[in-house]
Amino acid sequence: MSLKAEQTSPAAIKTGVTHQMTGNEAIARGAWEAGVKVAAAYPGTPSTEIMENMGRYPVGDIKAQWSTNEKVALDVAIGGSFAGVRSMSMMKHVGLNVASDALMSQSYIGAHGGLVLIVCDDPGIHSSQNEQDTRIFGQFAQVPVLEPCDAQEALDFTKAAFDISERFDTPVIVRSTTRISHTRSPVMVNERIMPEDRGFNLDVTKNVMVPGHARARHPKVIERLERLAEELNSSDLNRLELGSSKIGIITASMSYVYVKENLPEISVLKLGTSFPLPKKLIQEFCAKHDRVIVVEELEPVIENTIKSWGLKVEGKEFFPRIGELSPEQVRISFEKAGVLKPEVTSYAPQFEPLIRPPVLCAGCPHAMSYTAIRSLDVRVAGDIGCYTLAVGDPLTAIDTTVAMGSSIANAVGMYLAGYAEKPIVATIGDSTFIHSGIPPLIDAVYNQANITVILLDNHITAMTGGQENPGTGKTLRGEQTHKVNFEEMIRACGVEWIERVDSYDAASMMQTMREAIAYRGVSVLIADRPCVLDPVKIKGPTMKVDQKDCNACQGCMNLGCPALLWSDEWYEGRHIVKIDPTACIGCSVCAQFCPTGAIQPSVSLDRKGEKAKVCGSKSVGEC
Amino acid sequence: MTKINKVMKATTQPAVRTAVEKLNPDTAKEPINVLIVGVGGQGVIMVSKVLAQICQNLGYQVKQSEVHGMAKRGGVVFSHVRFGQNVWSPTIPMGKADVLIALEWAEGLRWMNYLRPDTGIFIADTKRIVPPFACRSRILGADIGYSKNTPSDVREKVAEAFAIDATEMATKAGNERAANTLLLGALSTTLSFPDDEWKNVIGKMVPPKTIEVNLAVFDKGQVWINRSRKGEPVEGGAFVPLVQPEINSVRTELSITPEWCKGCDICVKMCPERCLVLNKDQVAELAEPEKCTGCHICEWLCPDFAISLKPIHQEAVA
Repeated sequence: MSLKAEQTSPAAIKTGVTHQMTGNEAIARGAWEAGVKVAAAYPGTPSTEIMENMGRYPVGDIKAQWSTNEKVALDVAIGGSFAGVRSMSMMKHVGLNVASDALMSQSYIGAHGGLVLIVCDDPGIHSSQNEQDTRIFGQFAQVPVLEPCDAQEALDFTKAAFDISERFDTPVIVRSTTRISHTRSPVMVNERIMPEDRGFNLDVTKNVMVPGHARARHPKVIERLERLAEELNSSDLNRLELGSSKIGIITASMSYVYVKENLPEISVLKLGTSFPLPKKLIQEFCAKHDRVIVVEELEPVIENTIKSWGLKVEGKEFFPRIGELSPEQVRISFEKAGVLKPEVTSYAPQFEPLIRPPVLCAGCPHAMSYTAIRSLDVRVAGDIGCYTLAVGDPLTAIDTTVAMGSSIANAVGMYLAGYAEKPIVATIGDSTFIHSGIPPLIDAVYNQANITVILLDNHITAMTGGQENPGTGKTLRGEQTHKVNFEEMIRACGVEWIERVDSYDAASMMQTMREAIAYRGVSVLIADRPCVLDPVKIKGPTMKVDQKDCNACQGCMNLGCPALLWSDEWYEGRHIVKIDPTACIGCSVCAQFCPTGAIQPSVSLDRKGEKAKVCGSKSVGEC
Repeated sequence: MTKINKVMKATTQPAVRTAVEKLNPDTAKEPINVLIVGVGGQGVIMVSKVLAQICQNLGYQVKQSEVHGMAKRGGVVFSHVRFGQNVWSPTIPMGKADVLIALEWAEGLRWMNYLRPDTGIFIADTKRIVPPFACRSRILGADIGYSKNTPSDVREKVAEAFAIDATEMATKAGNERAANTLLLGALSTTLSFPDDEWKNVIGKMVPPKTIEVNLAVFDKGQVWINRSRKGEPVEGGAFVPLVQPEINSVRTELSITPEWCKGCDICVKMCPERCLVLNKDQVAELAEPEKCTGCHICEWLCPDFAISLKPIHQEAVA
């Protein structure tokens, strides 16, 4: 059973009743209800679906777009705010690092039209390079941080964020987490209410951050936070549930539901914001309880602030600073704190779990690219995308991966360090290249580095599930637009050696890569093949292994293709290989590596336009 | 070549309980927890969406939590569905799942510790999706790196365990991808929801062309569990054990005649195990003999016949 494609616009669903929604769908809905007009984002798990949903609201309501990176997205939203409309930008936690330059200044500027950043953290590092805590960024930028605990709050808090943004003249961060963004729960939806148009803000002392203006704005930042903290003491963003006076829990976000799961009757102060904190409310709560424990995921943000006021609270001595919380982790921590009696249940796995790491798809063009790279024995500076998976066995073809767009400049640094043992190669995907790979490429040419850049162009932003980007020539809503010409762009950066090669052509890939590496200076090889999943799921006639001809050399298995498996047959103690026809897409790369010619198409290649015949166990020639 | 084809009967399920009480969110004190697991692309999320929709239609609070991201890349997929009068955590605490639905055999085993040890019900497709990682060992006669546990191992640990050949049954019914609906049928026997509600929601959520086959396999899943509980014979194949380790491995010794080698590098580049190198004299050399599997590729490809492989003994390799 597969899912029927959803047709109806989310704007048309019935209001005043509850719907099952993910946190991300609820955030998009909340923004729409709040009258948001400009929205821009760069995809990043777990935030991607917010923009995908915004793109399904009527085009007349929201101007929604994929931007080239998170800083561009935030700047677009800031422009919308200058022009007086409610604007929003969404990103994953590490996306805020990219956007932070704009955020730090915008904090002083404030918000004319409501300005909201949705930032989705990834505690537990389900699909990221770290688990940084965005709440600390809120403190650093002096920008309020709202923390919903479920989809309903995700909607409500998004709306509240626009209200706070306009009333307190500040950008506001709504911080979600993977668990909130990807959990479906009931949500009450309402009508869209458009705020009054504020018109363009002409006050340059507020809009233009030159030193004189900025000095005057800084005190206003401090003052607005104090006012907001005061208001939060009586805000309904917080939830106070009083029980016994022995133990009180202060918590926020998803941690709240884990506390309730384990201790439904305990006294809880659930905070709606983690910055700024409602001081008076917390002081009163602490005074009412003999012992107060702070339960929060990742860093002790709330705990440390409360401690800085001289109040005695506990927290991180029982709760981990690392990873995602869960009902059982919270239970274990409460047991450690002496709040719950130890439970006998063992959480140990009953059977040895099968190792099933994520892998590149069957037919993934990156598999061939990295097979070629590995055969050349080079140093590889990697980047962020599906292709980061080439670090694992059997491709083992990446030496470093830092952050979006880091590869090229990392390679420049390796060259400057005088590293000469092996040639230096940077690998970067098309969307990542547009995101932040162009300035380092210009840097490499400008500073005359001797490196090879392999641009893995799979015509989509694949890792996050297939989003359009300027290299695809389509917008968020699927409309045709200008398509970046990579060769022209790279040539304009000053690169003189550029070649485009079909990633599925093993011989050309290896030969051209050798030439690229031999070139002194910056060479760029574009490995060109669309992703097999998006925008179109590719499925061609499959390949099959003739069990009689396979000598089980395992050469094809070095591709790490999930369609290549061991059959039940052996040859001299080695497994004969078979191909899973449901997984194989017919890319033919494995056949190009087979020294015995045992891998052949499973159908005859039809020349007369007749329907292709499926071969039996006989070889293709006999079909 | 040895192929041991020992087949174990998995489908003759001993009747554990004759009158099984269905899980009912109206009478349950805690939320009812259903954990659905599998591998990317199998339709795990679809199963949980149908269940959540039914719960919502019947007026229960329901939370459904899953993690995307790497899932598309052949990784592990799981979806927690919790429903009842009041649900806090969207994830099921370990040891509290009432039913575990596995669309893939080893994935079912992975999540066993989430099942309630006393009353948990285990329903799994016997389908194996072998990850590339399981086929990595280059030791002669090496085992496939896939779980060896059988349905009888599972039965020792939980109240009820059902190993259904769902993919095979769905394929026979006309659509392999309907295996998840068959498991929904199996799941429906454990819950108090009316059949009409299940079929109504499935009918609305699947593409119109596939409604018929989906409803047909839903019934098959129900019948399978009901018959199995009564100890009656059921449809589907038997649980086939994995291929056994090979005992007739051939160990070889590789020798290179340096005078004949001109350093063309072909063997070095084509060796699947990358155990050959060109030494300082530009002559091929077996740098890591322990990695050589004796595949003969270098011997065949050498234009100068400088490489030869000879078997050293034909005995069993441990």
